[in-house]
Amino acid sequence: MKYSMGIDVIALVLYLASFVAYTVHLHRDRRWSGRAATLLLILAILAHYYALLERSRLIHAIPYDDLYGSMSLFAWLLAVTYLGLEMYHRRRAVGSFVVPFVILWLVIAMLVAPARAHSEPAANGALFAFHITIGILAYAAFAISFLLSLIYLVQNRVLRRGRPGFAFWRFPALDVLERMSRSSVWVGLVALAIGTILGFVWEHRLTGHFAMADPKVLVTLVVLAVYAVYLSIVHAPTWRGARAASVCACNFVIVLFSYTIVNLYFTGFHRFF
Amino acid sequence: MAVDSISEGRQTAFRGRAALALIGCNHLTAGVELRERVAFTPEQALRAATDLCQSGVIEEAVVVSTCNRSELYGVAEERGETLPNTLVSYFSEFHKLSPVELNGRIYRRAGREAARHLFRVASGLDSMMLGEAEILGQVREAYSRALSNGSTGPVLNRLFQGALEVGKRVRAETEIGTRPVSVAAAGVKLAERIFGDLKGHSALIVGAGAVAEQVMENLCARGIGGVEVVNRSFARAEELALRMGGKVSEWSALERALESPDIIVMSVSGSSHVLTRPMLERAMLARAGRAICIIDLSVPRSVEPEVDGIYNIYLFNVDHLGEIVEQNKKAREAEVPRVEAIVDEHVNKFLAWQSSIEGAGLIESLRKRLEIERQSLIAAHIGGANDTYNSERQLLEKLTRELIDRIVDLPASHLRSERKLRRPVEGLAALRELFGLADSDEKGES
Repeated sequence: MKYSMGIDVIALVLYLASFVAYTVHLHRDRRWSGRAATLLLILAILAHYYALLERSRLIHAIPYDDLYGSMSLFAWLLAVTYLGLEMYHRRRAVGSFVVPFVILWLVIAMLVAPARAHSEPAANGALFAFHITIGILAYAAFAISFLLSLIYLVQNRVLRRGRPGFAFWRFPALDVLERMSRSSVWVGLVALAIGTILGFVWEHRLTGHFAMADPKVLVTLVVLAVYAVYLSIVHAPTWRGARAASVCACNFVIVLFSYTIVNLYFTGFHRFF
Repeated sequence: MAVDSISEGRQTAFRGRAALALIGCNHLTAGVELRERVAFTPEQALRAATDLCQSGVIEEAVVVSTCNRSELYGVAEERGETLPNTLVSYFSEFHKLSPVELNGRIYRRAGREAARHLFRVASGLDSMMLGEAEILGQVREAYSRALSNGSTGPVLNRLFQGALEVGKRVRAETEIGTRPVSVAAAGVKLAERIFGDLKGHSALIVGAGAVAEQVMENLCARGIGGVEVVNRSFARAEELALRMGGKVSEWSALERALESPDIIVMSVSGSSHVLTRPMLERAMLARAGRAICIIDLSVPRSVEPEVDGIYNIYLFNVDHLGEIVEQNKKAREAEVPRVEAIVDEHVNKFLAWQSSIEGAGLIESLRKRLEIERQSLIAAHIGGANDTYNSERQLLEKLTRELIDRIVDLPASHLRSERKLRRPVEGLAALRELFGLADSDEKGES
């Protein structure tokens, strides 16, 4: 099926422009550069949404069924989640680290995955579509919490050494990074919990039982557990701060494992591409 | 009323041919003793400006006086060369100083250099602490006072408004004033890197000396939620706490006081460590592991170095802060070329404006001169007109007036449109000399 990449490229260019503006903002801390960065990110998200919509129109489903669509959807949800966090916490300094991640993901998708839209996937219904989309949203939120935790750990190290560089003064405080990371984990955890429940409901409707033995289901439950542990230790006296950030960063390894290795090689019915 | 009369007189006399000058001394040219003697109080600054304007020495005057500088800005007509000396004489007379005492300690600037000096002052380039922000407020205050006193006019209004714009742009577009360059400010900034907004946090100040006070001022300026002062001398702690709006505790209650604050500032003397690792370990247990930022400004250090190993305690000593301050000073110095570029841009703008005003004055003089010549020619050749020649005379008058308009309109439109022609004031002076317009102005005035 013919699919034009024009709008995807426009979205990519807008993401790049937004990245440049975020970098200028990090370096110069000018109000105009921050506003321009956010505005460009909003435009990029809209263009990207339109690209996804076009793809959906071709296949009559949310584009999660093929590798390109799935990666593109992940990149879009990553940008949307970050924008939400930025607006909620009113901090733009980490934009120059999150947006490149979006760009990288989109570029990899363009390079390695065939952009040609596949034929229509099986009509699994709205419940199934929600299950998948919310699952990808959870992964995107966990990816952001991972990035924020890494920034936290770097900033913590710089502070401990007492030799801050230029970007140090522009970064959000440790406290803010921790709060942003926590918010992101909450988004991910709630989304993954809802997605998992929707998956169980959909499967029960279809087959009348729950396939608990599927590796994807088991790994997802592990992901839910490790992030729940993170949220419970984030205020504990011996864990709060850098240790909790390390836990959060390590948790993402399981998410990555679930999203890539498990999806591609282990699962029976969670393989979409 | 006196103010109104000063202002009125100056405004009517101004024709765009104004000389700008400044004289003064600052921390680079004069020691603190002399700076103290030549400082103007706000009332003295107004009196000096009024005196200068009323005596007819200058048309406009502004006095800028801070702890690091005393400067007199003046505008006069056609006294470009002598104006700085006139200002120096008044300055020494006002402060009852002999010329010998001021010798070599006073700088004189005129025209472009005077404008450039003020713009550099407003941008913080001429400050003792490069890029400091307070000077812009002081320049604004000096100008506002002079403006409401009526001792400013078109030139100084334009100049000071330009200076305020330079100051604003420099702070918005460059990093010259962003990073802390004092140990106290650097410590507070580091605490902000950990906790973010300090409004919901509290601090404990151990010590009541000048450094402790400086840190406390910085903390209060950043909106710290609460401050507690502990000192060996309770009376001094109480005095500082009272002055800065904090709580005070006994020295014996120091360990208990460690349990709640997020920031601890140490500024005490003594050879033994005041805060030890066991003390802070107990405090961390009591505060459920919440992070503490300890800023140890004491020499020798008053916090045991082993404290640095406690989880969630961030310890900074004078060496750390000194290094940050040095780093930040270098970063500020690196911004100087960008600030100079903004200053130069605004100096050129100001000079272009000044030249355009002078150009307008020149055209007006040329028109007057031609009109005088026209009238004298008609009077000499037609003489007392009778009815026979009346209609021809009217036609001649109309034609000669039109001729003057045509002659004058061309250079006037060139002066309005050609930036290059308007820029060099020297070029306009040459034109004035070429047409002999300086003489005609004097005749006109008399």
